[in-house]
Amino acid sequence: MEAALGHAAAPPPASGAAMAVELHDVSISFAMKGQPVYKAVAPTSLKVREGEFVAIVGPTGCGKSTLLNATAGLLKPAGGHVTVFGTPLSGLNAQAGYLFQQDALMPWKTALDNVAIALEIGGTRRADALAQAQEWMKKVGLGRFGDRYPHQLSGGQRKRVGLAQVLVRQPKILLMDEPFGPLDAQTRQIMGTLLLNLWALDRKAVLFVTHDLDEAIALSDRVVIMSAGPEARIIGDYPIDLDRPRDAADIRLDPRFHTLHRQIWNQLKAEVAKTYGEDLAP
Amino acid sequence: MKLHPVKLLLLQLLVALVALAIWQVGATVPIGDTYLLPEFFFSKPGDVLVRVYTLFATGVIWKHLWITLSETVLAFLIGSVAGVVFGFWFARQPTVAAVFDPYVKMFNALPRVVLAPIFMLWLGLGIWSKVALGVTLVFFIVFFNVYQGVKEVSPVVLANARMMGMNERQLFRNVYWPSALSWMFSSLHTAVGFALVGAVVGEYLGSAAGLGYLIHQAEGVFDVTGVFAGMVILAAFVLVIDWAVTRIENRLLVWRPQSASEQN
Repeated sequence: MEAALGHAAAPPPASGAAMAVELHDVSISFAMKGQPVYKAVAPTSLKVREGEFVAIVGPTGCGKSTLLNATAGLLKPAGGHVTVFGTPLSGLNAQAGYLFQQDALMPWKTALDNVAIALEIGGTRRADALAQAQEWMKKVGLGRFGDRYPHQLSGGQRKRVGLAQVLVRQPKILLMDEPFGPLDAQTRQIMGTLLLNLWALDRKAVLFVTHDLDEAIALSDRVVIMSAGPEARIIGDYPIDLDRPRDAADIRLDPRFHTLHRQIWNQLKAEVAKTYGEDLAP
Repeated sequence: MKLHPVKLLLLQLLVALVALAIWQVGATVPIGDTYLLPEFFFSKPGDVLVRVYTLFATGVIWKHLWITLSETVLAFLIGSVAGVVFGFWFARQPTVAAVFDPYVKMFNALPRVVLAPIFMLWLGLGIWSKVALGVTLVFFIVFFNVYQGVKEVSPVVLANARMMGMNERQLFRNVYWPSALSWMFSSLHTAVGFALVGAVVGEYLGSAAGLGYLIHQAEGVFDVTGVFAGMVILAAFVLVIDWAVTRIENRLLVWRPQSASEQN
C-alpha cells in the first residue's frame, strides 16, 4: 500500500504526546453467586500515547480482555478509573472503535450494510454512508464482496468487514480483543499486515490484546505483559524498537525480533507455567 | 447420497400407490368371509376420490375452503401481532415478565380445546370463535419465539452495536427486531399449522361452514367416505399453505445459512 509507505517516514510520536488512554489503578472483580468475589485484575495503571500501538499479552484467562472492556466502557471497573484524552470515562467510550474476538457483524445485513450502518446511525445520509462503506470495503480488499451476507464469507473475510466497520467511523482509539484469534496462522499474518498498513494511514492509538507473543511483537510499539489471574497485574513493559513499516510475516525473520522475543518469553514462560500448574494440580 | 428429483418423485408416488392398493384390496377382497378393512368403517379409495371430485365439481367445497382459509389467516395475523408485541414487551421489561410468568405458563399449559365452548358462548358460531381459538394457539408460539429472539441476541453483536453508538431506538430497529423476526419466522410453519388446527377444531365443535364442519357433518351420518374426502382435501390444503409459507420464508430469510431442515 503506497499510502502506508508515505506515512512511515513520519517520526514516531514524541514521548510528550498526549495520552489517548490512561488506566489509573483500575481493578476488576466479578461477583459470582454463592462464591467469594473473584478479583480478576489487581489495581493496574497503564498509559497509551496518541498514535501508539500497545499490545497486552498474558496467559489465557488473565483478565486482559476485561481491562479492554473497561477501557471501552462496556465494563465498570471495581476500583480506579479510566481517562480518555484526559477526560474521565463515564458510560461507553465514544472515541473508541472495538474489534471483537467473536463474530460481531449483524448476520441479517449484507457486508456493505454492516459497514454503512456504522455511519448511518450517526446521521450520515444513506447514499454517502454506502459510498464511504464501499471505500473501506476496498481498503480491506473486499470491494467485490459487499452484497454477501456474513455467513457467505470466510472467517478472515468477516474479520476484514469487522475492521472496515470499526474504521469507517474514524475512531481516535482502536481497541482489539484477540481479533485474529480464531483465524489460521497464515490468515493471521495477512490480517496483521493489513492492520499495520491501515494503521499507518493515520496512526490511531491502539490497544491490542492477544495471547500470541509473536503477533504482539510483530505489530506493536510496546508489549505489556500480564501475570496469570486471579489478581492479575502488569509484570513487564517492553518497548519494541523494530523498524516500520513492517510486514507482520517477514518481521519474524529479523534477528532483533528474536532477541526481543527471547527476552520477553523468558518472563512470560513462568506465568504460563503458573496458569497450567494450577489447572493441572489435583 | 442424493436422489435424482424425478426418481424421488416416482418413489414418493409409489408409496401413495402401495398404500392405496392395500386400502383397496383390504376393503374389497374378503379373507374367508371377513374384510380386513370393512367398507362401512374405511370406505374405498375410489369412492373417496369420486367424492372429492364431486365436491369440487359441484362447487360446494369452495365456500368451506374460503371460510377455513379466512379463519386460519385471521388467527395467524392476530396471534402473530399480539405475540410480537407481548414478546418484545416482556423481553425488554424483566419485571413485567417476572410478574406475569406464572399466568403465561398456566395459560400455555391449558389444553386450548377447553376454551372452545367459552369462545362459542362469547363470539357465537361464526368465524370469530374459531379465530379466537386459533389466536390462543398461535399467540404462545410467536410470543415465546419473539421473547427468546430478543433475549438471545448475541451479546457480542449487541456490544458491537452499542460501541458503534446505537441508541435504544436504533438497537431496536437494527438488532432486536431482526433477531426476533428470524426466530418468529423459524416458527412460521408451526404457527400457521396451529392457526389451521384452531380453525378446524373450532369448526368441528360447532359451526355452519368450513372443512371441520364438513367432516363433522359426514361423521354424524356415518358417511365415512365424506370424512375421508374431507381429510384428503384438508391435507392438500395444508400442503398448499405450507408451500406458500416456505416461499415467503425463503424470501425473508435470505441472510440465513441454509440448514438441513430448510433444504427440503
